[in-house]
Amino acid sequence: MTILDWFLDPAQWAGADSIPVQVGYHLLYSGTALLIALAIAVPLGVYIGYTGRGELLVAGVANALRALPTFGLLVLVVMLVAPHIGSRLAFVGPTIVVLVLLAAPPILSGTVAGIQGADPGAVGAARATGYTRPQILWHVQVPCALPLFLSGVRNATLQIVSTATVAAYVSLKGLGRYIIDGRASSDYTQMAAGAILVAVVALALELAFLGLERAVVSPGLTRAQLPILRRTSRVRPGVVPPASPREATP
Amino acid sequence: MTLDWIWDNAARIGELTAWHAALSVIPTVLGLLLAVPLGWWASRSARIYPLVIGGSGLLYTIPSIALFVLLPQVLGTKILDPLNVVVALTVYSIALLVRVIADGLASVPHDTVQAATAMGYRPWQRLWHVELPVAVPAIGGGLRVAVVSNVSIVTMAALLGIPQLGSLFTQGFSLRLTVPIVAGIVMCLVLSVVLDVLVHAVTRALTPWQQKAETA
Repeated sequence: MTILDWFLDPAQWAGADSIPVQVGYHLLYSGTALLIALAIAVPLGVYIGYTGRGELLVAGVANALRALPTFGLLVLVVMLVAPHIGSRLAFVGPTIVVLVLLAAPPILSGTVAGIQGADPGAVGAARATGYTRPQILWHVQVPCALPLFLSGVRNATLQIVSTATVAAYVSLKGLGRYIIDGRASSDYTQMAAGAILVAVVALALELAFLGLERAVVSPGLTRAQLPILRRTSRVRPGVVPPASPREATP
Repeated sequence: MTLDWIWDNAARIGELTAWHAALSVIPTVLGLLLAVPLGWWASRSARIYPLVIGGSGLLYTIPSIALFVLLPQVLGTKILDPLNVVVALTVYSIALLVRVIADGLASVPHDTVQAATAMGYRPWQRLWHVELPVAVPAIGGGLRVAVVSNVSIVTMAALLGIPQLGSLFTQGFSLRLTVPIVAGIVMCLVLSVVLDVLVHAVTRALTPWQQKAETA
């Protein structure tokens, strides 16, 4: 059976384990984790970005988490926590916790970097026009922070969707099921089909985020992001550009 | 019993660590070699830049496990072939580094480039002797991110049964033992710190003028 046949098989499109159901579970787990991560990371990020307290901690946590193998963390947390929970949530709960742990740092650092990276000229101009500090935060710093905040959320979503796939190993539903079950029964077609579905979901979310960024970010901010466009003598000698590409901090 | 397990399996942990190091380092190096020309190309033109950066961003979006499973289709390899992991991580490394290199080259001060041109450097000489060295700190920063993420991503290959430190996670899970899992996580962290320090050291060695600027 080819991969195309697998997708055309009506059995894959109806019933309790069908493709729409698994996509639904995948998005349900991912969405829940993302909402919890946002609820924790955004207020904290605004506070840190606004007051400047705890910046080093944010950078340190973000770096340490990049090195931490997510798959190992997932397996460890599930093994330690699951025996103490009797219900059907035994595997779902710990998995969501791990997904939130992975998603919070990129959102946090995006929020902090965004708020602190707001053009000092714009902040100064707002102050000169008589804006109060909360007004500056809300009307100047937050809109300026949107690009970096959204790219933080995008990174977090990517990380969640990818790790939620792996969560099938600890017996969770979702698109990872096809890969894990296919591997267990040496059914490569099923594995490849699952991989395609995961890739499509991830790409669709990425494109949705890019569309969202285009829609909500002020057009005055987007052009400046292409360094090549501001090449002409604005860069001072000896200034090192941001090291990491996806979590670039200005 | 904790130490016993580690002691009994020390040889295997060493072997898995060696595999893990190879599977993380080789793709990083290959990625760097391929990303330099691509990044240079992207830095040359404002029209190509969004294409290359956007394209590599989309590649980076595909979850690693999906790429590991799909590459055998493209490469004609077996699912257990470590080559799949090497190719997948090379793709990620390129995607990550191309942007760093393009931005690094684009941010080389205009005066420096003009000075080199005035001194008679040919374009490729200028790239090799002036622009790339000036961009080294930026590229080094990107390289550190790439190698550390690779160490983490390699563990995913354990789901398919390709041996590296992630194999300790699956082993621990099927035996209901936490020790192998913790040992695997610790070894991964140690490996990423070592590689991170190594890249940092090489970056510093290649940019002696930076040290002087910092101490002065």
